[in-house]
Amino acid sequence: MPDAAIELVDVNKWYGTFHVLKDINLTISSGEKVVICGPSGSGKSTVVRCINKLEKHQKGTIRIDGVELTDDANSVATIRSEVGMVFQQFNLFPHLTVLENLTLGPIKARGLSRKEAEEKARHYLERVHIPDQAEKRPLQLSGGQQQRVAIARSLCMEPRVLLFDEPTSALDPEMISEVLDVMVELAQEGMTMVVVTHEMGFARKVADNMVFMDAGEIVEQGKPEHFFTNPRSERCQKFLSQILQH
Amino acid sequence: MKKAFLFLPLFLLAAGCSSSQTWGWYVINPTTESGWTNIKFLISGMGATIQISLIAAVLSIVIGLLVALPGLAESRGWRLVNRIYVEFVRSIPLLPMLFWVFYGLPIVFQSMGMNIPIDPFWGAIITLAISDSAFTAEIYRAGIQSIAKGQSEAAQTIGLNYFQTMRYVILPQAIRRILPPLANQFIYVVKMSAFASVIGMQELTRRANELVVTEYRPLEIYTLLVFEYLVLVLIISAGVRWLERRMGADERG
Repeated sequence: MPDAAIELVDVNKWYGTFHVLKDINLTISSGEKVVICGPSGSGKSTVVRCINKLEKHQKGTIRIDGVELTDDANSVATIRSEVGMVFQQFNLFPHLTVLENLTLGPIKARGLSRKEAEEKARHYLERVHIPDQAEKRPLQLSGGQQQRVAIARSLCMEPRVLLFDEPTSALDPEMISEVLDVMVELAQEGMTMVVVTHEMGFARKVADNMVFMDAGEIVEQGKPEHFFTNPRSERCQKFLSQILQH
Repeated sequence: MKKAFLFLPLFLLAAGCSSSQTWGWYVINPTTESGWTNIKFLISGMGATIQISLIAAVLSIVIGLLVALPGLAESRGWRLVNRIYVEFVRSIPLLPMLFWVFYGLPIVFQSMGMNIPIDPFWGAIITLAISDSAFTAEIYRAGIQSIAKGQSEAAQTIGLNYFQTMRYVILPQAIRRILPPLANQFIYVVKMSAFASVIGMQELTRRANELVVTEYRPLEIYTLLVFEYLVLVLIISAGVRWLERRMGADERG
C-alpha cells in the first residue's frame, strides 16, 4: 500500500524473557482511524508506544511515511515531528500554564516565535472547546479539560498521525464524552488516528479498522461492522461479550 | 528531663562567667582596645570562609548535576561512570583529600609538564567542591527520579531533545524537591571549610587558631568561633526558607 502512513512488519518485543509483542503486522493508511482493543496486558499500549519510539522493538520493521524507525537520531526526530501522542495520565507539565504547555514544543523544537506559537495554541484550545483556560495551571482544570489540553498540545505540533493510549481510562465517567467528542471531531476532519480504548461506542462511530489483541498477538482485525457483529475468533467473541454486556 | 539537659550548657556558661579564674572574656571584650582588635582579627576571616564556601558550593552544584545525569541514563556504561565517581569520591575523608589536592596535585601537573601552582584558597575550593559533588549528585538523582516518567515521555513526544526536556520540564519541577537537601549540603560545605585552616588559608578557624597561640585563651576564642559559624548557618537557613516560600508561591500562582 503506497500511501501507508504507518507500517508494522513482523514486530517483536521482549521485556527480558517475556514476549510482549509477537509478530505484529499492521498497516495504517493516511487518514485511517484504527482502534485497538483487548484485555489488559495484551500489548496494545506497547504497540502504540513502539510506533512513537517510547519503547524499542527488538525485531521487525516499523516504517512511518516510508522512513524506517531506527535508533538513529534523525529517524527519531522525524517520527517525533510526525507522530503526536495522548497519554492515559495526560502528562501535562504542572509547573507551566496551559498556554505554556502548548507553546513549549512549537517554540523549542520547531523554532516558532512566541507570538506565532501562542496564536497556534489559542487556535487549538478553541478547537478542543476550552479557549478561556489558557492562563490556568493544568491542576486547576478538571480531568476532562486536562485531557483536552493534552490533545491540543499534540495538535500544536501539527502531527500527521495522532496516537491515543487509553485517553479516557483515567477520567471520571461524566467527563469521558467531552474528550470523545473532541476525538470524533478530529476523526471527521481527516486526522490519522490510532486509538487504544475500551470505548466501543466511539469505536463503532469512527473506526475504519478494528484490531483485537490478546497475549501479545493481533488475534483479529477488520471493519467494525464485521468485527462487532460477527467476530471470527473465540477470544474476541468472549472479550466483546464481556465489555458490551452492560 | 530533656529540658534540664538543654539548660546545662547555659548553666556552665553562667558559672564560667562568674568566676574569673576559668573565663577570661577580656581577650575579646569589645570595650577595650585590645579586645576589639582581637575581635576584628577573628571576624576578618569571615570573608575567606564565605568566599571558599560559596564558590565551592556553586561548583559542587554544577559538577553534581553533570555527575547525576549519566546516573539517570539508560545505558549501563553511563550509569557505571556515575556509580564509580560517587562511590569513590564520597569514600575519601575531606582532610586526606585536601592534602592530596594541595600537596599532591601540583606534582601531578608538573609531571604532565604544566606549572600550575595551587594556593590554599583554590586548594580548599577544589577539595570542597569535589568532595561535596558526590552528595549533590545523589540529591539531583533522587530529585529527578521523583518526577514521573510520563513527564519526560510527554516532552519527547512534542519534539524536545534530552537537554530541552531537562531544562524546561524535569529540572523546574525537581528543583523544589532538590533545594532543601541542597541547602543542607551548603551548610555542610560552610562547616567543612574550616579544614582549609590546616593548609594555611586565613579563614575563621585559622584566625582563631592564630589568636589562641598568642593569647592562650582557647575557651573564649573558640566559643566566639562557634558562634561565628552559627550566625553564618542561620543566615543561610533564613535565605533558603525565603527562596522556598517564593518558589512555592510561584508554583501555586
